[in-house]
Amino acid sequence: MKDQKLSHLEQDVLREIGNIGAGNATTSLSELINKRIHMEVPAVQLVTINEMVDKIGGPEELIVTVMFKFQGEMTGTVFFVLTIEEANMMIEQMTGLGQADLFKDDIIDEMAASALKELANILTGSYIAALADMSGLHIQPTIPFLSVDMAAATLVSGMIDISQETDYALIIDTRMLDTETSHSVRGHFLLIPDPISVPILLKALGVRDED
Amino acid sequence: MKTSTGIVVKVGIADLDLVEAPDKIRTSGLGSCVGVVIYDSFKQIAGMSHVMLPDSTVTRQKNFNQYKYADTAIDILINKLLERQTVKQRLKAKLAGGAQMFQHHHSTDIMRIGPRNIEAVQERLKTHQIPITAKDVGGTSGRTIEFDPLTNQLKIRTVNKGEVFI
Repeated sequence: MKDQKLSHLEQDVLREIGNIGAGNATTSLSELINKRIHMEVPAVQLVTINEMVDKIGGPEELIVTVMFKFQGEMTGTVFFVLTIEEANMMIEQMTGLGQADLFKDDIIDEMAASALKELANILTGSYIAALADMSGLHIQPTIPFLSVDMAAATLVSGMIDISQETDYALIIDTRMLDTETSHSVRGHFLLIPDPISVPILLKALGVRDED
Repeated sequence: MKTSTGIVVKVGIADLDLVEAPDKIRTSGLGSCVGVVIYDSFKQIAGMSHVMLPDSTVTRQKNFNQYKYADTAIDILINKLLERQTVKQRLKAKLAGGAQMFQHHHSTDIMRIGPRNIEAVQERLKTHQIPITAKDVGGTSGRTIEFDPLTNQLKIRTVNKGEVFI
């Protein structure tokens, strides 16, 4: 729905929110896995579900996703998206238990999964805390949900609750990079406020009057 | 552009399309969504729809995408097939998808959407008296499907079980 369209100022403010939120999250992540993690400036975009899937690498791309819903005065979805290699690397760094195998013989390893969920929990917690601080809104993330599967299958299923109302999603997409090795961690941290929460957030941030 | 071996037409999320042999039709990454194929084996024409939600009557959108919902998408798919001189009594269907991607999710909407999509698709096909000749539904894995109107075979790929034909 194009009535969700944002002004330049609104986009800038959301980008800044993403910057601070993801900045917090990146710091937590760096401490947790003892590696320098760099983040790119967040991209704020209104996209269709097909466009969102393409940004992650296409519908059939095998991805590890930890999903959270957030609740309170503002509602929405967080997707923390990694490749299997990146997820294994993070689990190894975090647990210090040697080689991790999250998707061994195409079955999710429960120990590795719970380590990754805990990591995502800390990451998302610090992002959401920053968002709550800046907006003054009460926001709480739910428990994490994990899936290792095709990008379209995972992301579309996670977005079902808002797809009833709209064909577009506002995504605040932050990419994280491992600065020590050029190719490794390139995770996506996607924050997707529910359409109904976008005006609430913008109002709380002081950039939109009554809608 | 047609070659003797045909092309593969891709159907996006909440979209639909038709092909005629030797072309094939595919949709990628079905999770809780359901892929519906309706085909006329005599004409070697097939339509595929990537259904996202069960019921258009509950949408709050004014101008909604009719390809998104089981009820509206299946009606449109059948009409498009009939415009191509297929015969309704000859139409048959195959379906795949309707998985539950996130386990133990508290939200009943997300939990139940796969089964509800499957039910809605089956219900709509029944209304049109189109028999379902094969299906691979439910479970917890995403699926990519490809239908060949020459053989009427539906190829299903999952990340952990490889490829099967139904």
